[in-house]
Amino acid sequence: MNLYKYASPSAFYPLAGKMIPWFAVPATVLFALGLYVGFFVAPTDFQQGDAYRIMFIHVPAAWMGMLLYLLMALYAGIGWAFNARLSSMMASSLAVTGALFTALALVTGAFWGKPTWGTWWVWDARMTSTLILLFLYIGFLSLQSAIDDPRRSDRAGAVLALVGVINVPIIYFSVQWWNTLHQGATIRILNKPTVAPPMLAAMLILLAACWLYSVAVVLIRLRCIILEREQNAAWVSEGAV
Amino acid sequence: MNWSEFFSMGGYAFYVWGSYLTALILLGGEVALLMRRKKSLRKRHDNEPR
Repeated sequence: MNLYKYASPSAFYPLAGKMIPWFAVPATVLFALGLYVGFFVAPTDFQQGDAYRIMFIHVPAAWMGMLLYLLMALYAGIGWAFNARLSSMMASSLAVTGALFTALALVTGAFWGKPTWGTWWVWDARMTSTLILLFLYIGFLSLQSAIDDPRRSDRAGAVLALVGVINVPIIYFSVQWWNTLHQGATIRILNKPTVAPPMLAAMLILLAACWLYSVAVVLIRLRCIILEREQNAAWVSEGAV
Repeated sequence: MNWSEFFSMGGYAFYVWGSYLTALILLGGEVALLMRRKKSLRKRHDNEPR
């Protein structure tokens, strides 16, 4: 099988269509399972009561916001460097879902901060850098929609996305570098996790669900972007869709 | 299990359900808008002469 073949939008379009259910269905199952474990299996926290259950959606949303940004910058960079238009379309598709998860992380963070810290928002390093992440996404999307020529808008978006990558490690290490109100990492790769097993399980299941969800919606949006951008190409008008 | 106790979330109902409702609105809204975009694209291509 020649994998390079799928770098062309016309070959990737039907392949993406076949892939979507394989991500959408497991995502739905894992969302249900994760919420079940999070609300019915995980015990009440002795310090935070039931407010800590916000963590099950807050932490995966924050991770997705950062990871999707890195992916978006990678695809935008590849699209720019190798003049690969499908790769740039992927970056545009990732930006919307990434912005959504970042916004969700900020809102759920405020809902969690109010009962535990007594405030909806502080200009603490982690929260400020996460807000900047949301602005980078919004900047990328508005820059792209402001430029009519798709290839030029891809290039402009790629520059912005790549410069903004510096913000991701700043978010990640902010709780170590600065004295923040935000607590440290819930899960450290090399250390033992600091939460009880069912709590950890609920969070990881929902993280997996968010990943699968993201792949599914990004592919659906990518197919829409392909159709919109290639509407004058023969393969679209000849009814291959 | 007592359901009213469950929904009260130990007094944190507003914050916990507010978070999950936001998640539902954002993710559900994303899927709904995408489906609409997909449908209108399909319709446009069906109307085109081939």
